[in-house]
Amino acid sequence: MPDPITIPDARIDREVDARGSFCPGPLMELIRVVRAAPVGSVLSVLSSDPGSAKDIPAWIQKAGYEFLGAYALEGYTRFVMRKTH
Amino acid sequence: MKERMSLIVFSGTVDKLMAASILATGGAAMGLEVEVFLTNWGLAAFRKGDYKENTRITKEYEDFGPMMMQQMQAKKVPSWMENLKAAKEVGDMKVLACSMTLELFGWTKNDLEPIVEDVTGVATFVDRAKDSRITLFI
Repeated sequence: MPDPITIPDARIDREVDARGSFCPGPLMELIRVVRAAPVGSVLSVLSSDPGSAKDIPAWIQKAGYEFLGAYALEGYTRFVMRKTH
Repeated sequence: MKERMSLIVFSGTVDKLMAASILATGGAAMGLEVEVFLTNWGLAAFRKGDYKENTRITKEYEDFGPMMMQQMQAKKVPSWMENLKAAKEVGDMKVLACSMTLELFGWTKNDLEPIVEDVTGVATFVDRAKDSRITLFI
């Protein structure tokens, strides 16, 4: 299991807990956090919705941000990205 | 072709409005220009205040209705109206009312929820839908 706060080479600046929220809730929460965060921030979202596994990385790619990884935890996943622009 | 998604929302039942609103949200999140055209019962569902009391379910699935509404409440699933508001917040999503239906019911734009942005005719909708990558009738 990865360390809950630090991922291999980045520190998470802001995390949103969207566990228990349904599709497309976790993605919507991530988008809101991304909008509000300064460029360069490392952001993450916790989701227990199985749809997020494909939806969140797809959105990050479409939006042109850097996807830093998905880390499976107990019953949920932490998705990490960098706001590159 | 435009990166646009056009939804024709004909149904006013919660199950179908839910599907339409989630598609609109997904489209807006993925950067598509989303246009939701409301006609008939779809438009009736946007009459001011109606959504707060709407528990209608597609006739064939009526027996699942109470269970679905109960689960939605228990799991705090956002309502279709909340999904549409989220779609508008994160992307480019417009809700348009069909002028003919509006006239048929004897309503004006003021009788509708504020999320309805404009009133258009079918020709305008079709003209824009012809350039859409995705067009769905719900």
